[in-house]
Amino acid sequence: MSVMEPILNVEDLQVEFDIIPKNAWPWTRPLKLKAVNHISFELNAGETLGIVGESGCGKSTLARAIMGMVVSQQGKIVWLGEDLRTLPAKDLRDRRKSLQMVFQDPLASLTPRSTVGDIIAEPLKTHFPKMPANERKEKVKTMMVKVGLHPDQINRYPHEFSGGQCQRIGIARALVLEPKLIICDEPVSALDVSIQAQVINLLMRLQKEMGLSLIFIAHDLSVVKHISNRVMVLYLGNVMEIASSDELYTQPRHPYTQALISAVPIPDPEVEASKEHLLIEADLPSPINPPSGCVFRTRCPKAQAQCAEQMPELRNIQGTHRVACHFAKG
Amino acid sequence: MTMLQVKNLEIAFKTPDGIVRAVNNLSYTLEKGQTLGIVGESGAGKSQSAFAILGLLAHNAQVKGSIQFDGQEIIGQSETALNKIRANKIGIIFQDPMTSLNPYMKISDQMTEVLELHKGMSQKDALQESIRMLDAVRIPEAANRVTMYPHEFSGGMRQRVMIAMSLLCKPSLLIADEPTTALDVTVQAQIMQLLKDLQEEFHMAIILITHDLGIVAGSCDKTLVMYGGRLMEYGKTRELFNTPTHPYTKGLMSAIPRLDQHTEELTTIPGNPPNLLRLPDGCPFCERCKVAEDRCVSQLPAVEVFASDRERACHKSVEEVA
Repeated sequence: MSVMEPILNVEDLQVEFDIIPKNAWPWTRPLKLKAVNHISFELNAGETLGIVGESGCGKSTLARAIMGMVVSQQGKIVWLGEDLRTLPAKDLRDRRKSLQMVFQDPLASLTPRSTVGDIIAEPLKTHFPKMPANERKEKVKTMMVKVGLHPDQINRYPHEFSGGQCQRIGIARALVLEPKLIICDEPVSALDVSIQAQVINLLMRLQKEMGLSLIFIAHDLSVVKHISNRVMVLYLGNVMEIASSDELYTQPRHPYTQALISAVPIPDPEVEASKEHLLIEADLPSPINPPSGCVFRTRCPKAQAQCAEQMPELRNIQGTHRVACHFAKG
Repeated sequence: MTMLQVKNLEIAFKTPDGIVRAVNNLSYTLEKGQTLGIVGESGAGKSQSAFAILGLLAHNAQVKGSIQFDGQEIIGQSETALNKIRANKIGIIFQDPMTSLNPYMKISDQMTEVLELHKGMSQKDALQESIRMLDAVRIPEAANRVTMYPHEFSGGMRQRVMIAMSLLCKPSLLIADEPTTALDVTVQAQIMQLLKDLQEEFHMAIILITHDLGIVAGSCDKTLVMYGGRLMEYGKTRELFNTPTHPYTKGLMSAIPRLDQHTEELTTIPGNPPNLLRLPDGCPFCERCKVAEDRCVSQLPAVEVFASDRERACHKSVEEVA
């Protein structure tokens, strides 16, 4: 990693959703669900940041907030020195060229009535309306080859492709504008194991070739560890731990990270038999009414009185390894 | 003691596009109290082969072969005969706990129905038994929660309700079809631990269907790897993981990133799973296999027993694949 300015700097970002309670009167104030709660992180050029956490922890909302697809209430999203949150719509549209997204469900994220060629060309039409049609087609074909699709398939429809191929189309659409950052929201979780490896390798290869930065969101920790330089662990909209991938997996400091890692089954019977399982009890608390103090304390094996009163700060404990736990030691 | 014997099972579906051969010539046995893991990707035929044990296949299915449970033939049985086996002797947990519970019925009604129907219990006894079973699957405040509707439970809790429901009649075989795929890892770990505890408590055999090799490694005695509706490899889980002898098993194992190891680049299996409408004449894996030769394309490899409790279907010898 380089020492230059990070390309993306998220500061104190907060996203709230209004939840209208059951049997509410028309004048009842809606409840606030804090999906992303004061999250800060930075991303360097060419780096892959993995984001893990259970469903409902705010990973997808965070991604969408960075893209401007959901409205954030507070904070800064500094992209190459400009705060995207305060940028006028016209400028934001222009900046979006360099920020693209790959979605989870490969088939549902492609328009069923457009051909593959049209789908991949759409971002070009939007951002470069004056580009001649034949040049656009050339670009689409080159991109198709790059992601491992056959350019002869340009006139086919999404339903004619398998899940893995559809995800390649989604990646081609995201890459055709030659962006600097790709946010992948669970890009491989809908795919079979053998296809998953193909898509992961493709993403890693393209990242190297095009010098991309990646934000890789997934619930599968093994996949995130494999692809990421750094990993951020979220729980109920809060950052629990952020560290380099190797350090996070070899020396997890937060009890939640430890439990998450211990819960991942290892495909080796001997390792599984000798492994110590740190089961965490109970379910995720309601995000509408999160626990006081540390949000993880209701399921934490190490929780004490202090945890209910005081929210632990995300603090540096070793180099760039940051943990939000009162009891984590450096 | 052999409890379940599946022999030359063939399942085909008649569809407007042609005949889909979902399961082909599948044979295996299951002992009392054992856990068998069936692994494979989507379309490998793992779920259909398990549904056949309960007679739960769709109406356009054509089934051949034999499935013997406790010495009784299941294929060709009437609905009434099957209903006596279902729930009483064989329970099933489905993948998605939300869609497999009735959203309009209270948990209590859904659970007591099973007992009233199969065991002829009174409503009061059935409710008591249901609460006891919810307790057994560690649902807190079971007596209060039994009157709730499925949507009032979280995903993990719903799956516990499903498990409780399938165990109501104390079956000797439980089929778990991707029981944790829809759940988060921490909840998955809870459910897998629960299944292990319950297995000891109720002395059940379990057929665990999954695509996750990690889950199989952690909880199955035997493992059966399926691809394109066929058995690729079978054996004791430890042996199969230590020395996989089929190119597909090997490919699968090197294609998944491991949390406890560092790999620079994943080894992929090129290509896509086969179209079940047009299976190749030879080995279903031949198009993606790294060591395939001419006869693999034209000739179907037979399932051979090559060591005690180990089976494989590959033309190449064990040494050639290793």
